[in-house]
Formats: sequence, structure tokens, C-alpha cells
Amino acid sequence: MKLKTFTGGIHPPDNKQWSSHKAIENCPLPAEFIVPLAQHIGAPSVACVEVGQHVAKGQEIGSAKGFVSVPVHAPTSGEIVAVESRPHPWGTALPAVVIKPDGEDRWSAELQPADPSDLSVDDMVEKVRQAGVVGMGGAAFPAHVKMSPPPEKKIRTLIFNGVECEPYLTADHRMMLEEPERILRGVALLQYVFGAERVVIGVEANKPDVIDLLEKECAGTPVEIMALQVKYPQGAEKQLIAAVTGGEVPSGGLPMDIGVAVHNVATAAAVTDAVIHGRPLIERICTVTGPAIREPKNLRIRIGTPLSHLVDVCGGLVEEPGKIILGGPMMGFTQLGFDVPSTRGTSGLLLLRSEDVAAQPEGPCIRCARCVQACPIHLLPATIAAYARRDLLAETEEYCAMDCIECGSCSYVCPAAIPLVQAIRYGKAAILAKKRNS
Amino acid sequence: MLASILSLGGIGLFAAVTLGFAAKKFAVEVDPREMAALEVLPGANCGACGFPGCAGYAKALVAGTIDLNQCPPGGADVVTKLAHILGVEASATARQIAVVLCQGDNRKAQLKYRYLGLEDCTAAQRIADGPKTCPGGCLGLGSCQRICPFDAIEMTADGLAVISRENCTGCRKCVAVCPRDVIHMTPYESGVHVLCNSHDKGAVVRKYCQVGCIGCNICKKTVPDSYKIENFLAEVIYEQDTEAGEAIAKCPTKCIMDFNVGYPDGSSYLPAVADKPHAA
Repeated sequence: MKLKTFTGGIHPPDNKQWSSHKAIENCPLPAEFIVPLAQHIGAPSVACVEVGQHVAKGQEIGSAKGFVSVPVHAPTSGEIVAVESRPHPWGTALPAVVIKPDGEDRWSAELQPADPSDLSVDDMVEKVRQAGVVGMGGAAFPAHVKMSPPPEKKIRTLIFNGVECEPYLTADHRMMLEEPERILRGVALLQYVFGAERVVIGVEANKPDVIDLLEKECAGTPVEIMALQVKYPQGAEKQLIAAVTGGEVPSGGLPMDIGVAVHNVATAAAVTDAVIHGRPLIERICTVTGPAIREPKNLRIRIGTPLSHLVDVCGGLVEEPGKIILGGPMMGFTQLGFDVPSTRGTSGLLLLRSEDVAAQPEGPCIRCARCVQACPIHLLPATIAAYARRDLLAETEEYCAMDCIECGSCSYVCPAAIPLVQAIRYGKAAILAKKRNS
Repeated sequence: MLASILSLGGIGLFAAVTLGFAAKKFAVEVDPREMAALEVLPGANCGACGFPGCAGYAKALVAGTIDLNQCPPGGADVVTKLAHILGVEASATARQIAVVLCQGDNRKAQLKYRYLGLEDCTAAQRIADGPKTCPGGCLGLGSCQRICPFDAIEMTADGLAVISRENCTGCRKCVAVCPRDVIHMTPYESGVHVLCNSHDKGAVVRKYCQVGCIGCNICKKTVPDSYKIENFLAEVIYEQDTEAGEAIAKCPTKCIMDFNVGYPDGSSYLPAVADKPHAA
């Protein structure tokens, strides 16, 4: 049978063999945690602790500001040594709380487990908000906002994203294989919250072990496991919806407009921790991999662990890396150094050698239309980029630049090495700035 | 033969009559002063006056809704001519020109990463606040050079924008496009500038730039009237800068420069001390 997928997309070498067979290891505590207050889409949280104060593991150290915002919690017990700007994965210095662990790793006494059968939907959403749960796929959008759709938008289909289409990353793969229970309890809770009729876990066919295991685990439940053809960017929300349901999210719209909600499998696990165990989101699975690291691993890391510590835990560097990327190679953020901390969206740390990132000089567009074929949302990347570079914002917008998901497929296939995504991002930012000013 | 001559001739005659009638009937009245003003204006359509082009400014001038000193590229000369056309008193303003307050090119200032993307400063600034470690220095990708309507900006081989004192008309297009606000408007009469735009502390500046201002106060001690230090950055007080040049030799990082004597390293521009054609 032909496996389902979306139209467009690319097939980069997946390079998951580095770490896909490695069981998850617990990462030892670093000497110092740097917990950024801005880790999610929306308003950054505000520090609610002082220097010198002693905090327990899971205690709130940054409180949410506004609806689209979540609190931040202490990853371990210890002393607050600083509340100041520190280098952040986004490229600039941003406010962070620095914690020196006391080694006891003692949970806050206020956090109590609960029986989900006693909780209403609103209670559950509130617990998820308090626990600071965000989308764990990388974008880090607050989960409680997604869980509170307006009443007129009925969610009929709930899709869980176990695709992990980014090359190199194996964090979700290992989690689904080793902790299916944690994920499936979250799946059931979210199905209850949304009242969805259909629940699908989408997994790419390059993880047959996961598909077998989940099918066994879900036998007799309404949860459907769907094997998908291997293709990037299948893990993007709109592409996953297209692959699973065949439906298309309207331009400028949200999945809920067509009655669909998408959550990452790791988010489901975090919802389990938040609702059933009452525990905030202070750790996640992160793949440390790439040719420049001695021993690639899948680690369970605390949020705020500096990257230098992750490198040490993985046996150090083989050579000075040519590129340090947080996340996958396609949509991850390139880092300036190892002094930045991991955040809730850190699905991986990828270390490439200089020879892996050799750059090609930009050439002229030869109108081969490979970018058009690769674009998963059917845009004309070369045309939009050309308009954006000339600051023709009206035309850039007319060609639907705002619908670009910045997946990088066009730049990947471009034989002339034109920085298409950068040009489109530049255009999008200029359009937004113009709208704000007018 | 005859039929074709008649039919074509007929069409021609009809079109001529219609066009002639339309030209009379729908003629647009243009104030002759507006045409005269448009003649005088530089015609660069740079937009410094706030209108899309010179024609819009000319129209507003005749309508009397705007001052006639709003055309920096024209300078005092144009103001006088406009005043003559419009029959009003001339109110000339001192000439202002743009200066890049930075001389930290890619050789003198440290880069935090190798930038390979679009040749555009705004696009580069969006990636981790730009490839230069200095938060205020010139990125050297030439956005100002490309937007300048008067060919008054050059990029040195090491990536530094330099503005010609003589060619700059003060239209401020480069000031608006620069994502790092490193281009400042200064009086044409003032040739001495502190070429640094970093407010970081001296020890920090020293780490990433050989020619940055470290806020050491020596210039202010030498010529107290001509310099002020704010947030670890010295600045010339242009209203009283006659003695400012005396501090140039004292500056430990050589970040004060007199453009009447020379331009930053790598520039092909030559100082023109004797001749100041635009001076008001």
C-alpha cells in the first residue's frame, strides 16, 4: 500500500543512524543552570525570585505575563546566583535566572499528583498552563492556548506528531520507543480536553519499531497509528494535516479552522506530567549528535543546561565544529558558542565539522523551478525572494509570502545557492513592520 | 484605392477633432510657478522633503503648505531661487551632511560569525544582531551605498561605508535605511567627528575593536567645551567645535578624525579643505 504524505517537500539524507539506537540517558546536573525567561512564543515571563533565594525543584521562578505566556520553573533545587541578561539561543543576550544546584534535587512540596477523573477540562488546561507546557516540536507555542479553541471551532480530529522529519534528530523516536505509556496517557487526556472524534499518531515509516510498538499498545483503543512516507517537512503542522487528513489549512488560517489540532508526542508526555503528576516542564529529551561530537547520545536534559555541559557529557568534541546548531539542520538555530543554555524547544544539539558546512557562492537564478516543486505550500519561492530583495513589499505580499513556513526546502534544492528563505523572511519582517507602523 | 484613402483619412480626421476637443475641454491648469519651481529643484526624487518626488514638493510649495528649506540636496542655492520664484523671503539653513560614525572595518573590528547571506544590512542585522561583535558598528554590506541617489557613499575593500563630504546633499536616505543607526546628520562646517557608535564600556570595546571609543575622557579633558561623554561614548559638541581638532592627537584609540584632513583607511575620497562651494 502506498503510504500517505503531502505534495512537495524534499528528501535530505536523514543521518539518524548516529543516535537512533542509543537509549535515553539521564544527563547529570551541570555546575550552573541558566534558565532563560523567554523560551516560548508570546510575552516573556517575568522573574519572581531574588538573588540569594533558595528554590526547590519545580518552583516557579518566572511568572507568566498575559494569556499567550507561560511560567518558568526551577530545573533543580539550589540557590539563585543571578538574574541578568545572558546569551540566548535566539542570538542576543536576554534575561535569565541563573541557579547553582545544591545537589539535593529536592522537589517543591507544593506539587501534588492529581486524579484526572476528578478534574474538569478547565482544570486540566489551567494545570497545563501552570506547568509551563509549550509545543515541544521546536516552535514552543504555549500548549494551553492551543487547548482553548473558541467554542465555535469544534476540533474533530486530533493529530499527534511523531514524525520527526528533521535529519539527525532521534529524541522523539527514542521517547516513543521507551516511554509509550507517558505519551499515550497524554494522548487520552488531550482527546478528553478537545472532545475529538478521531485521534491519529503520525509516524514516518523510517521508524518501524515505533509503529509496531504503538500499534500493539493502542490495540483496542480509538487511537490510530498512521505510517507516513518519509519526507521533509512532514513534521510541520500544515503538512502533517495534509498528509493525515488530505485537508488544507486556509491561507492565513489556523488548523482549528478545519477542525484539526496538532500536538507533538513530547507535548503529550509533558501534559501527562503536568496533569497527573502535577510536575512542571523542567526537562526534555534532546539528541546530541553530528560528526563533530565524540559520542552521540539521546539525553534527558533539564531546561537551562548549558550546551558546554552537554558536549562534556557526550565525550567532548572530535574537532572544532564548523557549525553549532540547536535543533535540526533544516530549521534549527545556528549558535555563536557553547555558552548558551538549552530551552524547552531544544530538540537537539547538532555539531557539524567545517567540511560539512562548506558554502557555495550565490549564482543567478536559472528558472529551473526546483524551489517551486519543493515548496510544501505551493508558493513561488524564487519570485517572492526576488520581490523581497527589491523591497517591493506589495508584490511580496500578493505572492503569499506570509504563508511561507520557512522550512528551508527551497534553499536546500536551489542549484544556484540563492538564500531564498532569508530573503523571504526579510520580506515578511518588512511587511509586518509596515503593518505595525500604519 | 479611393475607399482606403477616404476611410483612413476619415478616421484620422475624426481622431484629430476628438483629441483637439479633449485637449481644450479637459486641460489641466498648472500654475506656472509650479513648473518653474520644478525646474529649479534637483530632480533626484530622493524624498527628503517628505514627498514622493520633486513634483509633489513643488506643488506643496506653490500651495504654501510647506517651508522652502525642506530640500537638503538643493542647499542654499535652491532656497534662494525658490524664494525668488515664489516671491517670499529666503530662510536658508545651515547645510547638514551624513557621516558614518565608525571606522571599524572587517580588519579592525571583530566579527562574531561569518555571514554568507543576502547583501543587505537589515537582513544581516536580523541574524543574531548582525555579524559584527560591536552592537553599533557599520556592517559594511552597502545598503546605504545602494540607496544613495547622489553616489556619495563608497564601500571600502574591508567593508566600511564612507560618505563623501562634497557629494552628500543631506537627503537622509542612508540614515533611514541603516539598521544600526551608525549614520548621523552633522553640520557641514564640522569636520571633526568621534568615529564610534558603541556605548559599551571601554574594556569591552577594546576586545572587539582596535579603533573604538573607550570613554577614557581624554578628549573632554583636552578640550572641555567641544566634547561630551555619554554612556562611555564621546561625542563632538558641534555647536562649539572650533577647538575640537586639538584632541585628535591625544585620543589613545585614534577614533577622532578630521575629515578636512583625511578620510578613514581604504577610502578613495580626498579632503577638500580650500573649496567649500555649498557653505551658506
